Amino acid sequence: MPIRVLIIDDSSVMRKIVERSLRQAGIDLSQVFEAANGASAMTVLQDNPVDLILCDINMPVMDGRQFIKQLPGVANATDVPVVMITTEGSESHVVQALSCGARGYIRKPSTPDQVREQVMPVLVGKR
Amino acid sequence: MTSVNELPAVKNGRENWTPLMELAVREVFEMMLGCQLEVPQITVDGSFDATSMVGLAGKLCGILTFSCGAESAALMASKLLRVQVVEGSRVVLDALGEVCNMVAGNFKNKIAGLGDGCMLSVPTVITGKNFSMHSLADSAAIEVRLLFESMPIVISLRTRS
Repeated sequence: MPIRVLIIDDSSVMRKIVERSLRQAGIDLSQVFEAANGASAMTVLQDNPVDLILCDINMPVMDGRQFIKQLPGVANATDVPVVMITTEGSESHVVQALSCGARGYIRKPSTPDQVREQVMPVLVGKR
Repeated sequence: MTSVNELPAVKNGRENWTPLMELAVREVFEMMLGCQLEVPQITVDGSFDATSMVGLAGKLCGILTFSCGAESAALMASKLLRVQVVEGSRVVLDALGEVCNMVAGNFKNKIAGLGDGCMLSVPTVITGKNFSMHSLADSAAIEVRLLFESMPIVISLRTRS
């Protein structure tokens, strides 16, 4: 089933790379929304319900951790799973992201298989 | 804060940093660009049109640079995004910065004890050949020279203890 996804990263190139990685991983995307930081993502979510959010950690204005903490307050997005995606791949970063409420964690660089391994269980769990 | 010289895992493994750097670069190109890098059979030219830099701070302080020609930078961006891009365009520079960022992150994650205590700066990309770089690094640079689609790339790490 096609899904709607929101990709949050301060790099426009990285947002395109993430979208490409999802498609390479065999995930059918019906709509792709983009935001350059957590605050912009909040605005996007007000008018655009999504099924999955992929979010960078280190961003200006509102970083990934702050975004996840504020997400339950957004009407359209209370149960939307968030998967973090970043180069900060240490164990403590993973633990931090998951403790903030992220449902998965993708390190850059990653193969399509690694992306699928993180994203598919999250989507299955949502349905 | 513990400096790099006080961190046993980092200090003792330094002799392994060059192969770890090469592995980090190769993984980024294989996973994200879908291509294999080759080892040059002859010394590659050290003059490049594009240089991306990412700073490291914390347990390891220094700067990682990624240098290549304008043509290879454009080809990297095309392979990364799976679209044709124009040489010298903004998207090429952004892509080069992201490649450098991923190499730096992948490298530090391969060194025991470094992942948590080393932060990366936002990438900076310099275009053109006519510049000099002055770093306060006080140790010999780790340098990896490889061929990307038969074109040379050079990755260098200069650190300060």
